[in-house]
Amino acid sequence: MKRALSNPLAFAGFVIIAGIMLLAIFAPLIAPYDPNAIDVQAILLPPSSNHWMGTDGLGRDVFSRMLFGARISLMVGIVAVGIATAIGIVLGAISGYYRGWVDVIIMRLVDVMLSIPTFFLILAVIAFLTPSIWNIMIVIGLTSWMGVTRLVRAEFLSLRGREFVMASETLGARDGRLIFKHLLPNSLTPIIVSSVLGVASAVLVESGLSFLGLGVQAPQASWGNILTDGKEYIEFAWWLSLFPGLAILITVLGYNLLGEGLRDALDPRSTK
Amino acid sequence: MSDIILSGRNLSKFYKQRSGKLGLGTTLVKALDNVSVDLRQGTTLAIVGESGSGKSTLARCLLQLQPLDGGEVIFQGEDLAGLSGAKLRAQRRYLQMVFQDPFASLNPRMRIGEIVGEGLLIHQLGDAEERRERVVRMLTRVGLAESDMAKYPHQFSGGQRQRIGIARALVLEPKVVVCDEPVSALDVSIQAQILLLLRELQQEMALSYLFISHDLRVVRHIADEVAVMHRGRLIEQGPVERIYDTPSEEYTRNLLQSIPGRHALAA
Repeated sequence: MKRALSNPLAFAGFVIIAGIMLLAIFAPLIAPYDPNAIDVQAILLPPSSNHWMGTDGLGRDVFSRMLFGARISLMVGIVAVGIATAIGIVLGAISGYYRGWVDVIIMRLVDVMLSIPTFFLILAVIAFLTPSIWNIMIVIGLTSWMGVTRLVRAEFLSLRGREFVMASETLGARDGRLIFKHLLPNSLTPIIVSSVLGVASAVLVESGLSFLGLGVQAPQASWGNILTDGKEYIEFAWWLSLFPGLAILITVLGYNLLGEGLRDALDPRSTK
Repeated sequence: MSDIILSGRNLSKFYKQRSGKLGLGTTLVKALDNVSVDLRQGTTLAIVGESGSGKSTLARCLLQLQPLDGGEVIFQGEDLAGLSGAKLRAQRRYLQMVFQDPFASLNPRMRIGEIVGEGLLIHQLGDAEERRERVVRMLTRVGLAESDMAKYPHQFSGGQRQRIGIARALVLEPKVVVCDEPVSALDVSIQAQILLLLRELQQEMALSYLFISHDLRVVRHIADEVAVMHRGRLIEQGPVERIYDTPSEEYTRNLLQSIPGRHALAA
């Protein structure tokens, strides 16, 4: 971890993500206004010292809504990736460890899932369910486990033939010990990297869904639906589109920097 | 002579390999072709041969790390090839292995104490305190210190790592140890130390070694008997002096001719 943070890219990503997380966690303390408080006296005000990011069509403070929106974006990203990673590790481990017909079935399932455009699949599923933050997290998680599965399987296949795994087998270790003590701990680095990168794309998907009105429902704030509100006023209230757009950009960039920096720092094969 | 402790009878192992146009055909590669070997109690049997001759496959098949396609492995009156699951795992305690690559054979994410103690933990030998004592005793015996238990493999040199590998195999007090090219990845100066350690331990613990090697100079030092493998077949077997002085097979003679500095060795 120390080595990872000495990498300037990873460090920049880490600072961005840590900053946004702190803002999200302490949103109720930082936010100058109630994010849902309507103030008809202050409709569509441009950014000022009272309203740092201006106000929206209902007079709500955009800065406060952005802070609470950050909570949604980060939570969706992390929980969705948590679900995807958990599924990916289990299926990938089964596939790579036992091989044979189980492997064939799991890998074909991965191929089928990858052949479906994920965003449209999520759209279709959300259209049937009630759009709620929990449904979104679950659906994103259930449609993005394929990469991790392949990754874990590949790691297991290559580690399975290594001498230290064979040594443990010679000692008399059972499958469980081989998997949890030897194979999984040595596969963690690529899993962490791919998870961090996965959070970036989950944040994007959530923003996209909310923008289309299938995500987080009003009045609850999310970066995606602040953008949607802003598009009606884009000609004279630029702040409604600019700030959520920037926030999404910076968050995704932060996760990508952190993920790629971690990959470079933790991969012994990559050259400095 | 002494009793036979491990015996392989008519061992066969095949690999299917795709061949022909578009890889549609298959050819059978015989990694082990009707091989029989006997290891005598307290002695060292060296398996020699060039790369790809099947010597590592033989070692792994004897220890049931790879399934056999035919034949039986008799150890303590039981056919290991017929055992499965818990029964086989229980027997593994007595059949250990020292690996070739000291950098690949230790889990980089485990501490030395954990690596050496893993076998004791798996077989639930003694309580935590006894296990720790046995690990310490074994580590000191192979030339490491108690304080090394908390370190990770990357903090050691190749020779030290091989000592750790030996400690891991011997802490279980096995009867048979398969040494798969245990010194070929080490510097020549370290090789002699490790070979000496293996020989001392053999006497102290009444071990029987199956010693896989392509290095005939090393084999001459450590082996009592030699078996020569070529293309999956055992072509010659006998006491080390007889094989080196009067080899009966043409292939063995060629192998011996290829030893660098063999004249100096003969002198």
